[in-house]
Amino acid sequence: MGALEHVRGLKFKFERMELTKEKIIEKLLFISALSSILIVFFIIAFMFKESIPALALGGDFFFGMTWCPKHEQFGIFPIIVTTFVVGLGALAIAAGIGIPTAIYLAEFSPAWLRNVIKPSVEMLVGIPSIVLGFFGLMVFVTLIRDSLGGWGECVLAGWIILAIMTLPHVVSISEDSVRAVPKGYKEASLALGATHVQTIRRAILPNARSGILASLILGMGNAVGETMAVLMVIGNPEIPWIPSSILESVRVLTSTIVLEYSYVVWGSMHQHALFAIGVVLFVIVAILNLVTTIAIKGRVGATTVIKGVVGGR
Amino acid sequence: MKETVIKLGLCMVALISVAVLFTVVAYIFLNGMQVISLDFLLKSPNYAALEKGGIFPQIIGSLCLLSVCLLFAVPLGMASGIYLAEYAPENIITKSVRFFVECLAGIPSIVIGLFGLIFLVYYLGFGPSMLAGGLSLGFMILPWTVRASEEAIKAVPRSYREASLALGASKWQSIRSVVLKSAYPGIITGILLGAGKALGEAAVILLTTGGLVTYIPHSLLDDVGALPVYIYMILTVVPASRDVAESYAFGASLVLITMFLMISVFALFLRNRYIRQMSGSRG
Repeated sequence: MGALEHVRGLKFKFERMELTKEKIIEKLLFISALSSILIVFFIIAFMFKESIPALALGGDFFFGMTWCPKHEQFGIFPIIVTTFVVGLGALAIAAGIGIPTAIYLAEFSPAWLRNVIKPSVEMLVGIPSIVLGFFGLMVFVTLIRDSLGGWGECVLAGWIILAIMTLPHVVSISEDSVRAVPKGYKEASLALGATHVQTIRRAILPNARSGILASLILGMGNAVGETMAVLMVIGNPEIPWIPSSILESVRVLTSTIVLEYSYVVWGSMHQHALFAIGVVLFVIVAILNLVTTIAIKGRVGATTVIKGVVGGR
Repeated sequence: MKETVIKLGLCMVALISVAVLFTVVAYIFLNGMQVISLDFLLKSPNYAALEKGGIFPQIIGSLCLLSVCLLFAVPLGMASGIYLAEYAPENIITKSVRFFVECLAGIPSIVIGLFGLIFLVYYLGFGPSMLAGGLSLGFMILPWTVRASEEAIKAVPRSYREASLALGASKWQSIRSVVLKSAYPGIITGILLGAGKALGEAAVILLTTGGLVTYIPHSLLDDVGALPVYIYMILTVVPASRDVAESYAFGASLVLITMFLMISVFALFLRNRYIRQMSGSRG
């Protein structure tokens, strides 16, 4: 009897141990999950701590027209404007190629062709940005210099390279949103005698609009945050200005950080200003991402509502 | 007639991206092949006379940085993914974890580089080093590993868990020996995609490691060279003749793209093998 009791006791102990082990594992997993929050907090805290002196300049920093570290002038307005000029141009090209591609993939493409196009588009994301920038420097910059004149390193070259980098994002989300349009819409339109192209224009695209818009905003976020590729092809003049033609060399936020961090005096206003540029970038991209999320959620919400109504009938 | 024209037009536009991809890869291959030699691959760089050196420390350095990055991001990302998929109750904490993972994914790489510079290099005193560079890369790809793990685990059918639990396995035992086993292909593919991104990332490494490195690192706190930084440096900083710098940049780009393609092919291979194994054991 004693022995049996003992065994039962051991088994109980063992089960208790297993239970604690399970609890510990769960706690460990939970702590790992918190690490992302911790990292983001640290990033925000350190970036702000380093940039407060420059952000405190207020209007002189955000709306100052001259960036000239030698003379202690840190106005980033021309750089911000240029960043948006370069980003928006790239986006326009990416939209011009990406949206038709998405429509073709979702509506017309035979399976074998889709299996060629889709992986190629996705592989474009994988090409290291420095390699793409180098390619741009060797091909597009030379081409622009020889055919259009100027230095070649210019806004136009930046547009082309950034468009290549944004294209995959635009294509994949736009295609998803074209596919997400309920089949009933298409069938109804076709049944009314509309052709396939008319159906796409009148029934499918209007319903996919918010998703396509979201893909463009997300693409914009990527274009603004992109560093190495754009750095290689836009020239980066000593003193940044707002370009008056697409053949002028310019500077964007990211390239300013990379070019100047190496010789910055640690603790100087110049260093704080570079970190403040980082904060500005962070905030711009965060806002664009937030808008994307809301746009995508909005679309999903609308589709579910429509499905609910149709199902209710 | 009009329909056909529009369809053809769309098709032509869709093929532009394919054309761009092939042009870039072919251009780099054709120009890079002329530089590739055993000396180029196995010698240390000579920044005073570029044509006498190679890129060996940069190749090894890139692999070292990648290892540190994965050693940090994979365990942490998988643990987070497992928690989010299997344990997390739907409350404010879980929601904020998801939100912050998305947040981290959205931070531009240059900002992560700046953070690595101020926090790891200066504040923690690592200096420009393999540890600082690798960890910064780890911060960058952590969201990819979290998402990949969570999605792959969620895709495992519910019945697998129920069967395992019914056999008397505990929750963790079921996760470890049943759920994770079926989720591995998805997790590995996600991680390798992140690894490819980390391998080609230049901005983060540029800010957190030194630039002109000629040796192989011996410890975590040693400075380390990387291929993307090497390409940037020889094109902008190093005083060399334009032709030599360009041809060497082609060579280094070719090596970088080849490494990236090898990772991608390896990912596909692992995935297919795993899928075959799974279907084999089921049959």
